[in-house]
Amino acid sequence: MRVAVEQIINGLTIGSFYALIALGYSMVYGILKLINFVHGDFFTLGSYLGYTILIFAAAFITAHFGLWGGIVCAMLVAALCLALTGLVVERIAYRPIYPAGRLPAVVSALGASIVLQNAIMVIWGPRYQAYPAPMIPNLHLLFFGINITLLQVVILVFSFVLMGILYYIIQKTLFGASVRAMALDRDTASLMGIDFNRVILFIFTLGPALGAVTGVMVGMYYRQISFTMGWNYGLKAFTATILGGIGNIPGAMFGGLLLGVLEMLGAAYISAAWKDVFVFIILILVLIFRPTGIFGETTAEKV
Amino acid sequence: MDDSNPSPVRRLHLYETILLFAVPVLFVVYPFAVNDYYIDIGFYFGIYALLGLSLNIVLGEVGLFDLGHAGFYAIGAYTTAILNTKLGVPVIILIPVSALAAALFAYIVCSPIIHLRGDYLCVVTIGMGEIVRLALINNFLGLTGGPNGVYNIDFPSFGGSFVIDSSIEYYFLIWIIVGVSIVGLIRLQHSRIGRAWNCIREDEVAAGTTGIDVRYYKLLAFVLGAALAGVAGNIYASKLMAVSPESFTFWESCMMFCIILIGGMGSIPGVLIGAAFISLFPEIFRPFAMYRMLVFGVVMILMMMFRPGGAWPRRRGGADLPSLFSRMRKSHDG
Repeated sequence: MRVAVEQIINGLTIGSFYALIALGYSMVYGILKLINFVHGDFFTLGSYLGYTILIFAAAFITAHFGLWGGIVCAMLVAALCLALTGLVVERIAYRPIYPAGRLPAVVSALGASIVLQNAIMVIWGPRYQAYPAPMIPNLHLLFFGINITLLQVVILVFSFVLMGILYYIIQKTLFGASVRAMALDRDTASLMGIDFNRVILFIFTLGPALGAVTGVMVGMYYRQISFTMGWNYGLKAFTATILGGIGNIPGAMFGGLLLGVLEMLGAAYISAAWKDVFVFIILILVLIFRPTGIFGETTAEKV
Repeated sequence: MDDSNPSPVRRLHLYETILLFAVPVLFVVYPFAVNDYYIDIGFYFGIYALLGLSLNIVLGEVGLFDLGHAGFYAIGAYTTAILNTKLGVPVIILIPVSALAAALFAYIVCSPIIHLRGDYLCVVTIGMGEIVRLALINNFLGLTGGPNGVYNIDFPSFGGSFVIDSSIEYYFLIWIIVGVSIVGLIRLQHSRIGRAWNCIREDEVAAGTTGIDVRYYKLLAFVLGAALAGVAGNIYASKLMAVSPESFTFWESCMMFCIILIGGMGSIPGVLIGAAFISLFPEIFRPFAMYRMLVFGVVMILMMMFRPGGAWPRRRGGADLPSLFSRMRKSHDG
């Protein structure tokens, strides 16, 4: 029982990473019907930027703002930089290709992903980088015999707050309604006076920024980052997006958390080596019985 | 092309006729003009061409998003590797066996998921490809050798007298197979099956209402595509004399996807151009060293910007110049 609860908490931690990345996929997918392959690399770039800030500004920031000040600063700077990067990538790699339909955009997305990944490799080198240990809180907590770290608690709380804010924006505000309308039917939404460019601006700044924050959290959690990790996380997060129902924001959050928990339970009770196989088999089974994901609408595709 | 074919066959342009004769001649002369290193590059070009042709059936002809094609490729390669090293079956006999194994796998795996649409199918194929790769890494049934893979695979030989073991022989082996496949696939494009496939790609619902068995034709595409990928796997395994899971990653599937889109959906010359781009480009830009993949990515974006339909898009029958003019007139009148 103790193991199960610990594994579920570990799973929720990883799941919240997947969920935050999945949000970026889901928003872009909802509006543009595009699998945004670059998103995983936004996440990696965020992680590396956070790493650089922690390495170079560590002493200064910690002296003035304390340990958490340094981490928050790293996250903020990474998020800001990635919001800018997101806009630039959208302008260069996607915008000229929208009129050609969605498939060329997939290749363009892959191209952008290759560019970003190799840029990271050229700048930071091909080897693994380690997050500076003294900059990361290392405190174990015991709740009723269940062993979790302070970092996990902070990550979980912070992720849920971020997801809550995004949920509020998308589901409860007028602007969120315009984003959802754009996802439902782009032409009609445009005719109703919703500015396509504003929605694009929103999803291509917020998505990468969330990815960057997740990147910094992953760096702190695992301590080790590599320039190719975006592919793995991107693949998982995209899977989570589909699991929840494409383009559905609450679905993406739920899908991410579910994926994380399944992965950890699979690792604990089945086999660590086969945990990803377990996850993908669950995904396939879910899609066989619910072909549009857990939260996806059951209506037939438009004819 | 035969005249009995009911579909209107487009007349070839002069430059197409010239290319039709010049390109095969170029392919035959090439290996005699260069050293082994460049012959090997030509060989890998051939492997990617075969993989591109196989994915082209699924993605180009039927429009099914398959991002797990490396899985079928892996099944072919590992079938060859395991049967050859464990049971000593000659590699040349394993070519059809690998094709059958990959086809059977595709049939079993795709049957329950074939009704999924668009991106849901896409993610299931991604999952399928990853499951295959992870099963190989985890030494499935103790046969696949884990991360190290299987090694000591034989050379293909014809009755023990003629052994294919040099670069140039492998080059011709792969390109003869590619050539035969191209002829077969062109025949298929102009057959009832090819028209059914294209019809499903353009409008699945309409295809269903005209009496095309959508499920059957989609499965057929997956099975045929997987069989060709299995053949590619066989040749690849015997050329390298070893297989390991890292040759069959999600990345490979993405590169195959790019071959089709860079060349042009459903276009066989396009597949060759796409395969050339994917296999030759990183070699040509070797002087750029660590920047070469950066350049590669930039070129991919630029190509989609300037030729979103691919380098050599498929033209439908009857799309020669006169009919194009008449169509333009019609659209002006309407």
